[in-house]
Amino acid sequence: MLLSLANILFNGVAYGMLLFLIAVGLSVTMGLMGFANLAHGAFAMLGGYVTATLMAKAGWPFFATLPAAFVLVALASLVLERALYRRLYRAGELDQVLLTIGVVFMAVAGATFVWGPSQAPIRVPAYLTGTVAIGPFDWGVYRLFLIAMGALVTLALIVGLERTRFGAMIRAAVDNPRMATGLGINVDRVFSITFMLGSGLAGLGGALGVNLIGLDPSFPIKYLVYFLIVVAVGGLGSIKGSLIAAIVLGVCDVAGKYYLPDTGAFIIYVIMVSLLLWRPLGLFGRR
Amino acid sequence: MTMTATTDRTLPDPADRRAAAHAFIAGQARWRWPEAVFWLVAAASLVIFPHSLVLAAQVLIAGLFALSLDLILGLGGIVSLGHAAFFGLGAYTAGLLAAHGWNEPLTGLVAAGLVAGLVGFATSFIVVRLKGIALLMVTMGVALLLHEVAQKAHAITGGDDGLQGISMAPILGLFSFDLYGRTAFIYTLAVVFACFLVARRLYNSPFGLALKGMRENGRRVPAIGGSIRRHSALIYTIAAVMAGIAGGLLAQTTEFVSVEVLGFQRSAEVLIMLVLGGAGLLYGGFVGAAVFLVARQILSGIDQTYWFFWLGLMLVLVVLFARNGLLGGAKALLARWRRA
Repeated sequence: MLLSLANILFNGVAYGMLLFLIAVGLSVTMGLMGFANLAHGAFAMLGGYVTATLMAKAGWPFFATLPAAFVLVALASLVLERALYRRLYRAGELDQVLLTIGVVFMAVAGATFVWGPSQAPIRVPAYLTGTVAIGPFDWGVYRLFLIAMGALVTLALIVGLERTRFGAMIRAAVDNPRMATGLGINVDRVFSITFMLGSGLAGLGGALGVNLIGLDPSFPIKYLVYFLIVVAVGGLGSIKGSLIAAIVLGVCDVAGKYYLPDTGAFIIYVIMVSLLLWRPLGLFGRR
Repeated sequence: MTMTATTDRTLPDPADRRAAAHAFIAGQARWRWPEAVFWLVAAASLVIFPHSLVLAAQVLIAGLFALSLDLILGLGGIVSLGHAAFFGLGAYTAGLLAAHGWNEPLTGLVAAGLVAGLVGFATSFIVVRLKGIALLMVTMGVALLLHEVAQKAHAITGGDDGLQGISMAPILGLFSFDLYGRTAFIYTLAVVFACFLVARRLYNSPFGLALKGMRENGRRVPAIGGSIRRHSALIYTIAAVMAGIAGGLLAQTTEFVSVEVLGFQRSAEVLIMLVLGGAGLLYGGFVGAAVFLVARQILSGIDQTYWFFWLGLMLVLVVLFARNGLLGGAKALLARWRRA
């Protein structure tokens, strides 16, 4: 009993960390620019395919592909932002939703065309597989690795936003874009770079996730709801909120599948709807 | 004295003002010839496309579903990502009734509309309190919830395999459904037209005018005495009833229901159809549904994945270049041509 409880918690936290890695970029960009980007999962998918392809076709080691996934996805998102998203910053959310659903559909079709409809194979290095015994429990090495990565990224984000000059510029641009412009901050550029960082993180998360949740062209649609729940429940633009929401979601999902396999995702949706009724701006939403 | 004189001149007496308002609304509500052409063409499908009546009925049903979304989006300004909830409820109500022996079509449809309307009424109180991302998430969440329930209640709904054993009795005890879909088409056309008349009447009523005002300026309507939340809740419920009827029609005419009727894809597709045709224009949903379904018929015949690509591209282009959809674009062109 205790064993399974610990196991569920551990697996849930690892899964939550993965969701956090992918969704935190969405939270930041949605909170920053007020842009309802439903295509965020497509960036994560691209990151996953970059890693899978580099490993399988070019023989790159797993760790070398991770920065590549981050950089390539960030660049791809810059192109998309310049070409499409930029035009709709001031438009209503309906237009944004429709445009990004369009991007999702094209990404799904494109991924099917290039990589085929089946699961992308990936083989992580041997030292990341298996389990280690610490105390009375066995811990999955890859899940430990995911949790460590999540903690690392959280730390980097918090330090980056709270302690650096660029972080201060981002916070200024979010709080009051007009005032920030008046102070000589190029708000447009700050937004672009933030968007790239957020997408890059999604790419990294996607790359890390292949081994845990798999990867096929329907990825952006299958996990869209999960990313949106993290963002909406955590509160737009709140890193702390996203982290807590992602971990709670991860644990609930794993626990629900274990204890109540018949209800499926039902509980998660009920929790989401009631949370949003209680706090429409999310747990840590400010605006 | 001069004061009263000026007020008298700028504000005629209440009876006159009421008459002027009635005249304005009546002018808006007048039937125009393109509308007559539209419905005549729809009816003439019976002769023009006798081999594609199944597709034609699908277009009408999807058009009715899109019209119900138009009531809340185009008129009420509420963006919903989960409108399939009501479509699916209607479809399952009609389907389950028929599968368990109650196979009289018209009462089945009424039941479908009622069940969807009840759930719409219950959720309307939630919906009117939210906006932005939370609204998107909650509408989507409600639909996902129902989808999950239908999926898990495999014993009742048949889940992904679909509900088996629906067979409909003849309509009014006279017209039985035939293999070529002639009865189904005529039945669908009649129901859709009746619902359209209701929607059109709403659209051109003082209530519709209040909703339009709400959409254009959410602050001014309460200032002149309108209640935004009550209006929104009412139109949301009406739209739910109409979506339920559309779902019921689908279940009855195809004699099949599967969980897909509640899926996110259906919610997204109806939004796409409406925006493709043009939101807030009454006929946008029908135009969008026709273009969408015919395009799908042709393109997915070539390859299923390519269809997704073209669908995505179509959306991006509409959002970037034709915000008012095909119908809105055509109207703008026509207006420019007339002026020139």
